[in-house]
Amino acid sequence: MARQLMKGNEAIAEAAIRAGCRAFFGYPITPQNEIPEYMAAHMAENGGVFVQAESEVAAINMVYGAAAAGFRAMTSSSSPGISLKQEGISYIAASDLPCVIVNIMRAGPGLGGIQSAQGDYFQAVKGGGHGDYKLLVFAPASIQEAVDLMFVAFDKADQYRMPAMILGDGMIGQMMEPVELPPAVDLQSLPEKPWCLRGWDGQGERRIVSSLRIQPEDLEPYLNEQMKKWERIKEDEARAEEYRAEDAEILLTAYGTPARICKSAVEILRAEGIKAGLIRPITLFPFPDRAFRYHAARPEVKGFVSVELSTGQMIEDVRLAVDGKKPVSFFGRCGGAVMSEDEIVAFVKGGAF
Amino acid sequence: MEKILLAGFGGQGVLSLGQILAYAAMTEGKEVSWLPSYGPEMRGGTANCSVIISEKPIASPIVARPTLLVAMNGPSLVRFEDKVVPGGVIIVNSSLIERKVTRSDVKAYYIPANDLAIQCGTARAANIVMYGAINSHCKILQPESVHKGLEYAFKKKPRLIPMNEVAYRAGFEAVEQHD
Repeated sequence: MARQLMKGNEAIAEAAIRAGCRAFFGYPITPQNEIPEYMAAHMAENGGVFVQAESEVAAINMVYGAAAAGFRAMTSSSSPGISLKQEGISYIAASDLPCVIVNIMRAGPGLGGIQSAQGDYFQAVKGGGHGDYKLLVFAPASIQEAVDLMFVAFDKADQYRMPAMILGDGMIGQMMEPVELPPAVDLQSLPEKPWCLRGWDGQGERRIVSSLRIQPEDLEPYLNEQMKKWERIKEDEARAEEYRAEDAEILLTAYGTPARICKSAVEILRAEGIKAGLIRPITLFPFPDRAFRYHAARPEVKGFVSVELSTGQMIEDVRLAVDGKKPVSFFGRCGGAVMSEDEIVAFVKGGAF
Repeated sequence: MEKILLAGFGGQGVLSLGQILAYAAMTEGKEVSWLPSYGPEMRGGTANCSVIISEKPIASPIVARPTLLVAMNGPSLVRFEDKVVPGGVIIVNSSLIERKVTRSDVKAYYIPANDLAIQCGTARAANIVMYGAINSHCKILQPESVHKGLEYAFKKKPRLIPMNEVAYRAGFEAVEQHD
């Protein structure tokens, strides 16, 4: 298949359509505007619905409705806009509905700036809305991976009946790289959704989608079942890439674009005789604990460095996975600034632990 | 691997030039990345993009230390001159930049891109003059892919391709004839 040169945001939008998305609701915000722009241009010709909503809150609730009706539904935004969607995300999760939310992160908090950042890790992974719920969170590090993960996100959201998030830093949205687009899925081939709303004609089974379970004796068993589901997901769905990790003594860890900067840093460190490697989480929930546990148990490993475009968020999950077996230190840039490979190298050589 | 930084002010076509380079190299099966600066600074201010062309998969798409810098205006030369790796190349748009490169450990070309473009028919082709200058120095693209790059850039206005072929050639020859 021919490779095309595509901008991340456009590739994400095209991949979503090919993955069967037929309902997109959004509201503009930099640096993800090419996603709704592309959807506005191409959703109708694919038989789908595009709405530029009056707000992010409206957009996520339109997703709620479309998902309840059984459509592969999606919204996209960037950090402040994702904050506005949190109530809707909590409701969608509590209603056991699949959907995909794309967050092309900019620098926060508040309005912050529009440059690339990863300050929304906690919001994505720990639950940005209220109550006990989880999102499947996928963190692409290239445009090709963003495309491939879009298909996975829709499939897994359907399989587990829960929202999935594609979490990219601004560079993932703005960068252009060659991509091979997989063929469009045949909508008829997708699994049935026996729970979805089709309108009730007064006869037969009545389907109801709701997030209200007002009695503790209803809500607690529901949440206990959810916990079991999350455990299955942790067991089955965690993904990570390891790069020159097998004999590494110092393990960098990063997701998204910083992971690629880390790869360059690993090369420099290796050339200078320092055995460095990288663990790149591809899923953030479920967090790929196993890769960290494996390397933490190796005697040669001196420690881990969490490299992030934040003041230090993923490092908490790294520490939980490493479980005190080895030191874990932090190197980050934030506020829209991006580290260079030389800065990472200097941090490691300067005694990271 | 070439790590190229293209910088100028908004409207000089530096982002387009980066896309043309990336696209042309991609048609040869090379790995490429194009990363733009984006944001309020682009509006009438500076614009720049990083392009990496490589035989191998690209790790970091960020070009902190370019092997080749194209400075389309004075502020870009001031901002990025020191970032170029020793032994690297700086192509200066001498139509708009009077001063010389102050470093002695890089190769500098002074190409009057705007003037050459005007001679070809339009000042807007200054970026394509630089397309020729870049490839004249690093010979990274075959003539056929150079043409594919122009077809990509002017897919909505193919009648402009012949003029831009001339602009490309002007930049290519200006580097060949440079001291």
